[in-house]
Amino acid sequence: MRHGLARHAFRPLRRAGPGAVFDLLAFGDTGYGDEIVRGAFVTLAISTLAFIAGLAIGLVFAGFKLSGRFPLTVVGDFYTTVVRGVPELIVIYLLLDTAGPLAQLVVSAFQYRGAFALDAFLVAFISLSIISGAYSAEVWRGALQAVPQGQIEAARAYGMHRSQRFIRIVLPQALRISLPGFGNVWQLMLKNTALISVTGLVELMRTTSIAARVSKQPFTFYLFAAVLFLVMTSLSAYVFDRAEERLGRSERPLSASRKGRGHGAGG
Amino acid sequence: MGREAEPPMNLDLIQTSLPKLLAGVPLTLQLVFISVAIGLVAAVGIALMRLSPSWIVREIAYRYVYVFRGTPLLVQLFLIYYGLGQFEAVRESIAWIVLREPFWCAIIALALNTAAYSSEIIRGGIQSVPRGQLEAAQACGMSRLLRFRRIVMPIAIRQGLPAYSNEIILMVKATSLASVITLMEVTGIARSEVSRTFAPYEIWTAAAIIYLTINFAITRAIDAIEYRLSPHLRPRKS
Repeated sequence: MRHGLARHAFRPLRRAGPGAVFDLLAFGDTGYGDEIVRGAFVTLAISTLAFIAGLAIGLVFAGFKLSGRFPLTVVGDFYTTVVRGVPELIVIYLLLDTAGPLAQLVVSAFQYRGAFALDAFLVAFISLSIISGAYSAEVWRGALQAVPQGQIEAARAYGMHRSQRFIRIVLPQALRISLPGFGNVWQLMLKNTALISVTGLVELMRTTSIAARVSKQPFTFYLFAAVLFLVMTSLSAYVFDRAEERLGRSERPLSASRKGRGHGAGG
Repeated sequence: MGREAEPPMNLDLIQTSLPKLLAGVPLTLQLVFISVAIGLVAAVGIALMRLSPSWIVREIAYRYVYVFRGTPLLVQLFLIYYGLGQFEAVRESIAWIVLREPFWCAIIALALNTAAYSSEIIRGGIQSVPRGQLEAAQACGMSRLLRFRRIVMPIAIRQGLPAYSNEIILMVKATSLASVITLMEVTGIARSEVSRTFAPYEIWTAAAIIYLTINFAITRAIDAIEYRLSPHLRPRKS
């Protein structure tokens, strides 16, 4: 991709005509369309990975917060309060500036002597996971607390042990309850990936910026990026709505079947 | 300050860099308060548009909220700061006096963004007003405007305040993006300090402390307002 962009950089610009916008956004060697769409895939990949990692991190820290044990609750509260109270950019910059030396420290502890560099993708992934984990922890906490206590007691009365109760009773319901919350976290992460362009990762925003600078048509390109983001957020909103509908089946009133029975009795 | 034999985390350096970063706090707060004020006024308008009887008006407001909530603030900021300059008509108009300033571009982007989010909070607040209360006000002979001022707004504000508190926190965090378009607020200063001193750990920690303090103060202030606004919900003193 870098090569592709470099090639464009030295290509003389044509005068902007009526069809110029489509030329600029064309696929292949003549336009930036393919580079930008590829950037959008990097954006999608990194937000998906960070979102999934964030779910796991969030579950662990929600457990800490709900454990009621002294050091764990403090650690949990500290994590969610600090990460959610500080600009995302600062979390990203902090990791970008310190992760390299830190990683060097770790690898030299394993007797590795050579130079070791973290690539932008990894830094972006780690920082976004940390951010998404803090928001997910809050969603998990609310959902885990919303599972009725009586059901857990019933499960205990059946002789289920801790992990069985969690996997069979708590987790399925927590998932249903937390889905709208996770939908919000996902949208947030999708939009936050725009910030990781500061790490130099060639994602949607970065590609767009390069194209905007080279072509001197920033409005066209940033508008195109906005449209791509809008497509991604709209599609994911649709997916989450469908998922919510599906997981919510157990909670819907049985109006349809009751109506059916009524007709049967009449006929 | 010799950096040769220092521990990884230098508390002194946090202390010495704090005053430098604090110099950016006024700009950060200006960005927050000006954009939140403009955004709030716009949000009330958008919320009323979304509740309008005319479907075209409703649709326009809906589209506005949809677009601004569905795209990253950074893209909106770049569209305004870098994008608008692409057009000669913009560069030659009077608006260019404002649009060439990164400060005002940041204000515009932040205000447009928060207007979209806040309008949803306000709409929720307005819709939470019980119908019976409106009918009672109507029965008392209040005009539409008077009803809105005396009945709808107070209830809506009280209802929306917790969510609005979150929105302001998000705005404080969002102002850090202004550093990307050259503004030297807290994050901007922190960035230049990091490249000057090569002490990223201490300086970013100091910046984080500043943002946390601002957010803590704002949360507390809004909690206090919420307490003042809901005397009827407090247990009665006997």
